[in-house]
Amino acid sequence: MHGFANPARFLRLARVLTGPLLFTGIGLTLAALAWGLFGAPAERLQGDSVRILFVHVPAAWLGMGGWTAIAIASLAELVWRHPLAAIAARAIALPGAFFALLCLVTGSLWGRPAWGTWWVWDGRLTSMLVLFFLYCAFIALADAANRDGEGGSRVPAIFGLVGAVNIPIIHFSVLWWNSLHQPPSITVGKSEMAPAFLYGLLAATIGFSLIFGAVVLMRMRTILANAQAEARLRRRAMEALDD
Amino acid sequence: MSGAIKAKHQRLVLVVIALVALIGAGLLAAWSLRSQASFFYLPSEMVANPPEPDRPVRLGGMVEAGSLKTDADGVTIRFVLWDDKGRVPVEFKGIVPDLFQEGSGAVAEGKRRADGTFVADNLLAKHDEKYVPREMKNMTADQARQVVEQTK
Repeated sequence: MHGFANPARFLRLARVLTGPLLFTGIGLTLAALAWGLFGAPAERLQGDSVRILFVHVPAAWLGMGGWTAIAIASLAELVWRHPLAAIAARAIALPGAFFALLCLVTGSLWGRPAWGTWWVWDGRLTSMLVLFFLYCAFIALADAANRDGEGGSRVPAIFGLVGAVNIPIIHFSVLWWNSLHQPPSITVGKSEMAPAFLYGLLAATIGFSLIFGAVVLMRMRTILANAQAEARLRRRAMEALDD
Repeated sequence: MSGAIKAKHQRLVLVVIALVALIGAGLLAAWSLRSQASFFYLPSEMVANPPEPDRPVRLGGMVEAGSLKTDADGVTIRFVLWDDKGRVPVEFKGIVPDLFQEGSGAVAEGKRRADGTFVADNLLAKHDEKYVPREMKNMTADQARQVVEQTK
């Protein structure tokens, strides 16, 4: 892990990985969405509205997975002071927030035809909305901490760990409390989803995840480059002062 | 060097203790919300522990096969919502969602009348976790029973 503590080594690896991740991800996602729109069959009760599944479920997975990654990065920041941890958490927050919002929006559009309502305050929907708000708070907090300079990354890291409590709540909300949202279709080793939906969904999830990974790498490179440029500017200003 | 390792371990222990406390607090909160955070009453709960009449509540269960009837006025429907331990008659006037049908899950928003009938002013359809193409919709009786079990 600390092999990547050296930003130069990380940047070399990230530069090599970004392109392949991005293009494989885009290709896989497009293929899966095309299957979802034109190939997959209509569902027995929901008809064609089931096709939004191929965006909704990957978005939910990445919204929750994003925060799990932030929590792991926060742990690495707090305990091991890993120099890239805070940068990784900041890089993840924006795409994570985007996918949480995408999950809420597609869910709402799906809920209208399937349930007969755009929104209800049941456990699953409410905890997912809370996740989106947590992302917004994390972005604001991390930006503010970054402006404060060195040593300011501890507060967002604590927030990242505390917010992780919401992740199991989202997952178990449909099991602990009766809710309008149905229980999970795919559990370990078992699927209530016909293969025609399942494999397309799997491909879409992997595709979106690869894009997510590429975006996070790009954002980490941007943050590192910004920090470098800022340091250089500061050094030059100091030199100008000395002259 | 040993000092640095010690500090690292100290931080790890602190963070783990904080996390355990945090998760404990979260679980306790979720546990205490068990009844409050539920989205609806089950039919068995409504039979065993009826809410006072005219308090707005939600009732969720399976629409009993063969129970769906339309009144002479053409817009009022009557059906029975049930689970394995109770059944509650429901009355609703209005347009039902597409997915509302006998043998499926539904959530009715409304009030319990004193005579035990639930008067709904809004109906929501619930769909189960099964995704089945149209061609495969003729489920076996065994599968149908599973569906009923999973609405709880």
